[in-house]
Amino acid sequence: MAIEVALLKSIPYFLGLSTAELEAIRKYVFEQAVGKNDMILMEGDPANAVYFVVSGAVKVFKTSVEGKEQILCILRPGESFNDVAVFDGGPNPASAIAMTPVLLYGINRANVETILRDYPNLAANVIRILSKKVRHFVSLVEDLSFRHVTDRLAKLLLEYATDHGTVAGEPGARPRLTQQEMAAVVGTAREVVGRSLKALEEEGAIRMDRHRIVIVNKKRLEQMSGVGAGSG
Amino acid sequence: MLVKPILDEALCNGCGLCVDVCRCGALVLVKKIIKIIEAEDCGYCTQCELVCPTGAIQCPFEIVIEETIEIGPEE
Ligand code: SF4
Ligand code: SF4
Repeated sequence: MAIEVALLKSIPYFLGLSTAELEAIRKYVFEQAVGKNDMILMEGDPANAVYFVVSGAVKVFKTSVEGKEQILCILRPGESFNDVAVFDGGPNPASAIAMTPVLLYGINRANVETILRDYPNLAANVIRILSKKVRHFVSLVEDLSFRHVTDRLAKLLLEYATDHGTVAGEPGARPRLTQQEMAAVVGTAREVVGRSLKALEEEGAIRMDRHRIVIVNKKRLEQMSGVGAGSG
Repeated sequence: MLVKPILDEALCNGCGLCVDVCRCGALVLVKKIIKIIEAEDCGYCTQCELVCPTGAIQCPFEIVIEETIEIGPEE
């Protein structure tokens, strides 16, 4: 399939470029179709290209030495990834996997340099996009390293299970919480809540039972959340 | 009745990402609006909620302590 200028136009990187300019850039762009659940990039591999999501959704994540996954972001049409590695010449900083069938546009590193030289106005777009990413990652780093998200999540789960667990009225009156709501209450991103829940489950403190979070080791959660500390 | 994700049709932009991410086929677009079918297959993986750009899907969790699980609402 040919690279479509109309699709290029919808990508924030190319904001402000005329149709004629995009026509000229088109020759540097390659297309890549990826099947659902296929890996697009592996963390640590050499970075060859910057990618733009044309359709579908891509999950960008890092894996710890113990094999734990931390989602960094979910990318949807128009969004780019691997730009940092292409600009600084280092390896892919994270892995990327297709959550759905995905169509990507890519530009090889050498061509990115050519395009930026020929269309210096693009640099403003790139700066804006990279700055937004830096802001997102800085807040993730803060949550992951300085703030004890898992401990606070433990506290939240206990509070909900005990304060609301005996809500009067018919069964089912119990308030339910989405991971997004848990993130908001705990003061973090949904990406971090997902991993914290997994961590609690692996520790044996909770069990994910479909739409239920079952607290199996209340003591452990109490210890983590500092409730009843000292009383065992 | 099995608990299923909650859809807010008014927020749905018809992008179809949730349909593509769902491994069980519980979600379909009807006239570009999201609908849920055959929810028995839904394993509550929350991927649809994660991928939705508009917040039209919610997968809320009930939080219970092990002993109290018998008084839960369903099944
Ligand atoms: S992902 Fe969200 S906006 Fe897109 S079709 Fe599904 S419910 Fe609608
Ligand atoms: S929770 Fe998972 S299985 Fe259920 S509808 Fe959403 S994506 Fe499909």
